[in-house]
Amino acid sequence: MLCQECGKRPATVHITRIVNGKQSDLDLCEECARQYQQELGIKFWPNFSVPQFLASLLSPDVSWEGSSGAGHTKTERQLRCQECGLTYEQFQKTGRLGCSKCYQYFGEQLRSLVRRIHGHTRHTGKVPARGADTIKVKKDLERLRALLAELVEKEEFERAAQVRDQIRALEGRL
Amino acid sequence: MRSGPWKGAFRPLGGEVVVSVHSKWLEGSGPHADIAISSRVRLARNLSGYPFPSLLSGPGAAQVVDSIGKAIRSPGVVKAAGILHLVEMADLPLIDRQALVEKHLISPQHAAADSRHQAVALRDDESVSIMINEEDHIRLQCLLPALQLHEAWRAATAIDDALEKELNFAFDENYGYLTACPTNVGTGLRASVMVHLPALVMTKKADPVLGALTQVGLTVRGLYGEGSQATGNLFQISNQVTLGVDEEEVLAHLSNVAKQIIDQERELRENIRRSQGERLRDQVGRAYGLLRYAHVISTEEALSLLSQVRLGVDLKLIEGLDARQLNQLLVLIQPAFLQKVMGREMTAEERDIERARIIRQHLGGN
Repeated sequence: MLCQECGKRPATVHITRIVNGKQSDLDLCEECARQYQQELGIKFWPNFSVPQFLASLLSPDVSWEGSSGAGHTKTERQLRCQECGLTYEQFQKTGRLGCSKCYQYFGEQLRSLVRRIHGHTRHTGKVPARGADTIKVKKDLERLRALLAELVEKEEFERAAQVRDQIRALEGRL
Repeated sequence: MRSGPWKGAFRPLGGEVVVSVHSKWLEGSGPHADIAISSRVRLARNLSGYPFPSLLSGPGAAQVVDSIGKAIRSPGVVKAAGILHLVEMADLPLIDRQALVEKHLISPQHAAADSRHQAVALRDDESVSIMINEEDHIRLQCLLPALQLHEAWRAATAIDDALEKELNFAFDENYGYLTACPTNVGTGLRASVMVHLPALVMTKKADPVLGALTQVGLTVRGLYGEGSQATGNLFQISNQVTLGVDEEEVLAHLSNVAKQIIDQERELRENIRRSQGERLRDQVGRAYGLLRYAHVISTEEALSLLSQVRLGVDLKLIEGLDARQLNQLLVLIQPAFLQKVMGREMTAEERDIERARIIRQHLGGN
């Protein structure tokens, strides 16, 4: 298929727009798409890079319903990390967070992005030994409580009692 | 130990680091060394209490380099990692930084660092390197020859433990190790294997086989990482997901997939040898001849011919050459390395001539 705009180069960018419920399709080559990116309200990145890709995932600019970023509430756009001052909008542009506290301040927005990237939102790997005793204890507790439920289910009460004691001992350390 | 024609060819790189082609990962020995060139494990860590490097002020960045430098010299870290030499990027000429990129010891972004307070710490055998204030405060890398992901991981995690006794890492109960880019959050672990797959490419199976890897959470890149082309039939396979899977799982998965690909490659090589033996011998022989007698050669052509010669060596069609020599050539023919050897800047044409000379010298042509 050739580009609808120049009619010369092959169309490699396919855009479906829905404006006020009316659908229109556009097939463009890279060059024409780049020229029209402003007008179309899309971000076009000829050189793929992870941060740009990330940025585009949640960027209000890729919203198809006009270029005003409709669909994103004001509060979402004004999310700001109270520690380093980075706004969520800035993060969307660079794909880089400013500090470790951004993970807290960007809350659910960031969590849903992380879920899209990794398919998970919970770390299950290595835990630092120092200063993280409580984390280790909490993780152990989680594991033991699951085990306890399983043992009770299987009516293995003797072992369940042992596990219950372990849980009590750990809870005392928190 | 330096050997052969390069004896004394390298001068100090600045600081205590020396440009040599004697990185551990170039040794060419170990499990599946005929197909797996190297295994790499990288851990991303950040110090709590400081913004990530992109938002770090000069004084803050200096403090980060200082604390990590101190940690590196602590007895615990020395025990785990050996002695690491610390060099600030600003103290290294651009060409030397580029040479470190060509040896896979730092990233291109780190080589382009324009501010002070970005540094690299290197072990003598270059199996351990730590980039300081790249995208994250710490990027710890262990790089070994052949398929040795678990060995690289053991080394990396021991060094990580030792560093952690000296430094406070940013860690969150749910998110794990916190990193500047959410693609690394969790374990901060990126593991990769560099594999040489000429038979898969020849039989046009590379695209379907490697393309399918994205469906099992892995990615494939060329010789020099993100965005680079797979020249010389060399591919880097690495994990994509860093959250919700533990390190051992990731490594076991990557290792298994790499082994399957290695088995396929081996089988295809045997098939080609059996069904088109003379043609293969001809192709390999021509590549060897070109490399031994060419006087002007580009990096791409050299890499592609070296791939054929490597296949010839693996299949015992060429005698008197080993994987170590070929691995060293992979690095030696790169642009910055050539210029280091010559001790001056060179035009592309001059480099093509010098590259051909080094290859002739190494492969015994004239």
